[in-house]
Amino acid sequence: MFLGIDIGSSSSKAVLLDEEKNILAAEVYPLGTGTRGVQEVLQLAFAATKRSPDSVLYTVATGYGRMNYKGADKQITEISCHAKGMRFLQPDVRTIIDIGGQDTKVIRLDESGGIENFVMNDKCAAGTGRFLEVMARVLDCHISDLSALAGKGQNPVPISNMCTVFAESEVISHLSNNVSLENVASGAVLSIAKRVSGMAKRLGAVPRVMMTGGGSLNHSLVAAISEQLELAIDVPANPQVIGALGAAVFAHTLYQKQS
Amino acid sequence: MGSEKTPVTSRELMNQMLKRHYEEAYQAKESGKLVCWSTSIAPQELLTTMDIVTLYPENHAAALGARKDSPTFIEHTESMGYSSDLCSYARVNLAYTELGHSKAENMPLPDLLLCTSNICHTVIKWYENLSKELNIPLIMFDTPFNHTDEVQEHNAKYMKAQIYHAIEQLEEITGKSFDFDRLQEVMKISNETSEWWKKATDMAIHTPSPLNGFDLFNYMAIIVFARGTQEGRALFQLWHDELAEKVKLGQGPWNDREERYRILWDGIACWPYLNHNYKTLKNLGMNVVTSTYPKSWTVTYETGDIEGMAKAYSMNVYPNRNLNYDVENMVSLARKFQLDGIVFHSNRSCKLMDFRQYELQRRIYEECGVPSVIFDGDQTDPRLFSEAQYETRMQALAEMMEESKRKKGRD
Repeated sequence: MFLGIDIGSSSSKAVLLDEEKNILAAEVYPLGTGTRGVQEVLQLAFAATKRSPDSVLYTVATGYGRMNYKGADKQITEISCHAKGMRFLQPDVRTIIDIGGQDTKVIRLDESGGIENFVMNDKCAAGTGRFLEVMARVLDCHISDLSALAGKGQNPVPISNMCTVFAESEVISHLSNNVSLENVASGAVLSIAKRVSGMAKRLGAVPRVMMTGGGSLNHSLVAAISEQLELAIDVPANPQVIGALGAAVFAHTLYQKQS
Repeated sequence: MGSEKTPVTSRELMNQMLKRHYEEAYQAKESGKLVCWSTSIAPQELLTTMDIVTLYPENHAAALGARKDSPTFIEHTESMGYSSDLCSYARVNLAYTELGHSKAENMPLPDLLLCTSNICHTVIKWYENLSKELNIPLIMFDTPFNHTDEVQEHNAKYMKAQIYHAIEQLEEITGKSFDFDRLQEVMKISNETSEWWKKATDMAIHTPSPLNGFDLFNYMAIIVFARGTQEGRALFQLWHDELAEKVKLGQGPWNDREERYRILWDGIACWPYLNHNYKTLKNLGMNVVTSTYPKSWTVTYETGDIEGMAKAYSMNVYPNRNLNYDVENMVSLARKFQLDGIVFHSNRSCKLMDFRQYELQRRIYEECGVPSVIFDGDQTDPRLFSEAQYETRMQALAEMMEESKRKKGRD
């Protein structure tokens, strides 16, 4: 069995593959690096396989907390792992947009799956999952309901501030001016879509475009980015585990090489 | 035969020179000599000829940054009413001028100023402020941006006239007449020092490079202030000879690690995290073999040719050149130094350098397929850098370079 573990800033993900690269488990736990999230997600994953952790032959860790995970045989960046994982599921993918908790990245792959170039957000949280979390809190809805709320907005209100903290104040001021929750939610989603699509345009997004990470669970956001880019975007079935899947695929390959 | 002294290494000599630089400036000031503050790539030839002690606020700010003392000054400048978007070298120096003391490194306040606009235009306002605040003369050397590949005739005339005007100003300030014979000597030494600096840094074309690239940043402090001195020339000649010896012995940059990837560093160092940045790269086997920035001190021209000197100050500094030059320069460095990758420092302080980075990155990849990453940081403001983000980007670059090597091997 091969383990890929993706320790993010706000969630932990684990994927277990068997010798034939079949996915035995793919789990997400909503706590990130420095928390019990890692133990929890591993427990979930091993429980799903009904196999003992001792049967893991090789482990690759990725994500923000990759260097702090003691059980890893190797650490590989989330950039390479997302590319590997997405390519494993969808060999014709050329552009990956990943919106995680505190990192947003756009990765362009060449025809053979190698990374041509990538861009990531800078230190600022604008355009990341954190921005969505802050917006959801101000709008008094759960992060998972933000998409539906935004989908109902007919006239998205412009959110011009790039800074998440200022954008929060801007949203509050719109709400106090009686702009509807739906239109504010829609505006917040559009604002992040513009920022992310700007990154993708800079890199030169080419089809097929796939979106991963927690951000891709927000269908309104996926649709807004797709509209901005004028390109179709597909989302895999379990978009949060793609980095961990890539890590597990790497683990499989590295083990074969080693032995 | 006299008693043989153990020869000092270039590193020892460098450390001695750095230590003496500010000490001697204080002694000179006390003995009544004039002290000038100058931008980093300026016609120091004129000041050296006039025996004026010259100090470089950018060098000083970088030292304070590297020794973790910049926040005190940055916060003070902001409380003086300057914007946090202003260049952090300027923020450190404007506060130092008011506070006059740092626990890391001190330099005496100036009696006059020399500002050259080849590196950026922030320096113009920064130096004008210093001149007004300290009520001291400012010599301005304005080098118009080169939209064309060569310096245009009218700009050459304009700059040459400014050099003669600066000489008049210096005569007036010092009350001494300018010695053109002495200028010839200083020009000769300055050219030779620049040549040795280039020869030494070019030793990194060898694989493995004998030069651990972060030394470029250390030795750079000396080329900034000692370009017109015999000691400066001797230092770079010595450094060159040491590196040549390492090449002969087949020695790489480190004793405990192989040079796996050869990279170019674009932009100023992130001084407050120099050690962290260096170790992160070293752990990944990434060696900085060249950089666009330290090359700016290779200022060469015909000795005695004042217009040629003026032109050299306008042309050697890449922020004063057009985008095509930047691309051609970096592509030629990629080939000459056999680069595996490029690291771009998107430096919050230097919008001028950042402005072209995305396009530069795109064109270089198109021209020669060298992968690169951009990281966010600042030359002296430690608040604008994230270690984890830097590490991820560098590791990702290593993974891209590895893949690229693998493909080349397969091809």
